[in-house]
Amino acid sequence: MAEFTFWIVVGITLGSAFMVVMSKNLLYSAYALLFSFIGVTGLYVFLWADFIAVVQVVVYVGGILILIIFGIMLTNKITSVNISHTSVQKGVGTLAVLGMATLLGFMVFNTPWIELANVEPAETTAAIGRLLMMDYLLPFEVASLLLLGALIGATTLSRKED
Amino acid sequence: MDSLTNYLFVSVILFSLGLFGVITRRNGVAVLMGVELILNSANLNFLAFARFGGMNMAGHVFALFVIVLAAAEAAVALAIIINIFNNFHTINVDDVSELKQ
Repeated sequence: MAEFTFWIVVGITLGSAFMVVMSKNLLYSAYALLFSFIGVTGLYVFLWADFIAVVQVVVYVGGILILIIFGIMLTNKITSVNISHTSVQKGVGTLAVLGMATLLGFMVFNTPWIELANVEPAETTAAIGRLLMMDYLLPFEVASLLLLGALIGATTLSRKED
Repeated sequence: MDSLTNYLFVSVILFSLGLFGVITRRNGVAVLMGVELILNSANLNFLAFARFGGMNMAGHVFALFVIVLAAAEAAVALAIIINIFNNFHTINVDDVSELKQ
């Protein structure tokens, strides 16, 4: 049953991702991106990363996707019903991406990965918090500075000139 | 579902689809969507290696940092795209190659 659910989630993720890059309508792309993010969240749950899964829902689905839809709405006339967008150089792009995917897939298939035996942890948040406050304290503080910079930068950039 | 290569293959396909979006889309917002797909595939790799590498929690911390960076990147990129739209009245990335107005 779990195996079946896993493949359903993989199907949702990859099918929606395919829709994102193939759809003619920009809004449909954004909605497909929503399902792709939710599918990736399901994969995180399969990987025992419960905290990261919740963060993914809160930040990606609740934040970034809303920002992207805002971006679409603000850069198109609302009255134009079909917000279409086209692609260029599909043939060359397909060739390049297929080559890249074949190379990466070959690498994944041929590398003898070492899989360590492990047990499902009772909780992940305690370990993540300990690592953030001890081993990764400097990157944590730098990330907070970066977020402050991005906040001020985005506000300054999108403000109307006086 | 209990094999590392399954997750790595999903990640490879997600990365390729994101890359395809980045190099073929003409709309700036759609290019941003491709970048988000690529970041998600990188996160999937981090968490897969964390899970099958003896539940090494450093992978989770890195995934958290990637999500923070993605949020900052999306905010700044959309501010830039809205600015481009105000100046050029288009967000087609091929039409905004001029530096002067």
